[in-house]
Amino acid sequence: MIEIDDITKTYNGQAVVDQVTLTIQPHTICVVVGTSGSGKTTLMRMINKLVEPTSGSVRIDGEDIAGLPAYELRRRMGYVIQGHGLFPHRSVGQNIATVPKLLGWTKAKTRDRVDELMTLFQLDPAEFRDRLPHELSGGQQQRVGVARALAAKPNILLMDEPYGALDPVIRAKAQEDLLNIQRQFGTTIVLVTHDMEEAIHLGHTIAVMDQGKLLQAASPAEIIGKPATPFVAELIGTSERPFRLLSLFKVADHIEPGEAEGKPIEASASLRDAYAELLWSGRPDLPVQRDGQVVGRVTLDALARLAARPQ
Amino acid sequence: MSIAELAPVSSRPAWLALDKLGVLIALIAAAGAALPFALFRANRIVPGDTVALAQALPGSLAMALALSLLAGFAVALLRFPALTKLLVGFVVLGVLFVLMGQSAAFLTPPDDTFARVAPGAGFWLLAFAFALLVTDALTRLRLAPLWRLAILAAVLAAMALLLWSGGWNQLSLLKEYANRAPAFWAEARAHLVLAFGSVAIATVVGVPLGILCYKVRPLRAGVLNVLNIVQTIPSIALFGLLIAPLAWIAANVPGASAIGISGIGTAPALVALFAYSLLPIVSNTVVGLNNVSPAAIDAARGMGMTVWQRLVAVELPLGFPVILTGIRIVLVQNIGLTTIAALIGGGGFGVFVFQGIGQTAMDLVLLGAVPTVVLAFVAAVVLDAMVEMTSREGKRP
Repeated sequence: MIEIDDITKTYNGQAVVDQVTLTIQPHTICVVVGTSGSGKTTLMRMINKLVEPTSGSVRIDGEDIAGLPAYELRRRMGYVIQGHGLFPHRSVGQNIATVPKLLGWTKAKTRDRVDELMTLFQLDPAEFRDRLPHELSGGQQQRVGVARALAAKPNILLMDEPYGALDPVIRAKAQEDLLNIQRQFGTTIVLVTHDMEEAIHLGHTIAVMDQGKLLQAASPAEIIGKPATPFVAELIGTSERPFRLLSLFKVADHIEPGEAEGKPIEASASLRDAYAELLWSGRPDLPVQRDGQVVGRVTLDALARLAARPQ
Repeated sequence: MSIAELAPVSSRPAWLALDKLGVLIALIAAAGAALPFALFRANRIVPGDTVALAQALPGSLAMALALSLLAGFAVALLRFPALTKLLVGFVVLGVLFVLMGQSAAFLTPPDDTFARVAPGAGFWLLAFAFALLVTDALTRLRLAPLWRLAILAAVLAAMALLLWSGGWNQLSLLKEYANRAPAFWAEARAHLVLAFGSVAIATVVGVPLGILCYKVRPLRAGVLNVLNIVQTIPSIALFGLLIAPLAWIAANVPGASAIGISGIGTAPALVALFAYSLLPIVSNTVVGLNNVSPAAIDAARGMGMTVWQRLVAVELPLGFPVILTGIRIVLVQNIGLTTIAALIGGGGFGVFVFQGIGQTAMDLVLLGAVPTVVLAFVAAVVLDAMVEMTSREGKRP
């Protein structure tokens, strides 16, 4: 658990982060959203002491981090930044082994861990281990950046605009990978982004920041349904609200019995995808399939009800 | 005029067009061929008589030289492939150098030990023109650093072979050398000690100082300004200015004179060369470290590297090519500057230069100048190759 308690950071008398209190539950993803200059990155950097708070405190599992040496604290957390920040003069394998090496792991243990992570991120160790970062594609570099952050099996992963430099297709893939890894290892993730779409897709909790203040911290459904301020509503995009709401649910959870005509949709798809397909094909309902078997249908009427403002 | 009219006739081969730099090279070469090829003097200090190319060699050899010059002239002038230009350039230079030695043997009367034959202005211009052709071709070929080093080694081997074979023994330069062989090697050692020693000390002091300036921002402007001022002191003045303080130290600090410190000689020369070396090394260290990608530094901090680990594992390796460039600049600079050290008794090739000027013996000046130029050139090529090899990895951050 990460407890941020009444934290403030001022530069030359100007509060960049202003009295923010936020608790991040263990094994969840908390996405901090805001425009540039909102203080979201500064807030995140105070969790691993890259920025020292002017006042207030951060506790990790009950322990105040003010008393811990910064380098020790940071080795316990993963850290991913925009544009990956890989060391250009070190091979992929050496990059991933950075923190294990700092922690003094044995060579064999480090090597096993590097191979394990590379396999996890669909990079063949034999092929990629000795390559230099500039010999990889943008998506591969990004994956190596996340693998490097996870190398020492941290409980907490901090990510600063990790997908900012990726094109939409690779970004969607990277987001799926992250969700899978989070589910698999239960890592607590704090992710900073300016992209509300990304926040809704990834976050268990969304914290919206503006001008150093935390405006609202709540589940995506609540952020969409009950924005605390007009700014939060604006950030979601008023005309996008129903579709963002639908994107939170899976087809699998809203299957109705019955028959439907035409090409089926996967149960793992989001309701938003299903709604788009209904509108586009002009059908009132869609068959739903799971593992190649049709298991029911979703209807336009049901989805329209679900897209309405929560009461 | 339409574009079609301007387009070259397609049937013409690609090489049949003028090369821009080639025109300049050809002009220099033409001037070189017209000017006297050799200088003949009855002894080493009287003004000499100039000897034209046609008279400087026996008929058949003069013809061979003229033909190879003509071939080189054509290859330089027209747009031949760079590799052709490189090979022809080397062949012409080889012929030129070998025949210069032959010319000396041809022009020196038998059993006359006082007569001196020196290369004339024509020879130097021809050598310059074809050296330009070779370097231009090398630049265009963009060879890998290892290839450049291999070519340098081959050229040095060829020069060594020419000297070892005695082909140049009748030339005035080699006669001066023959008279001073032990002194030549002693001064060569002094030169190397001064040039490399000052750079080594400056590296040991300058790189840490640069790291300090990089880490402690307020220090930066002050240190760099002081070094900038040092750099502007004329070299002869700096050598002179150091005599008094070092003489005082030698006289008053116990043990100072015992380790070789004195007002004149090696100590002030080394101190002055060291002072000149500091600015490029310190400023390149600062610039090199400053250029390290901020993302890599942020990642290093965020992953829990200490200040020291970050410096050793990330900042220094990534800044190294720029730091090495600074070392290259001062090494080449100091090899040249060391000649002046002879003025205050520091030794080095400058001894021959100043002796030669004093005796108006140009051959003696060349005996000091030519090895200095060769040394500086070799250092530049070797270090350039090293810079390129180290900056190859991680070019794109």
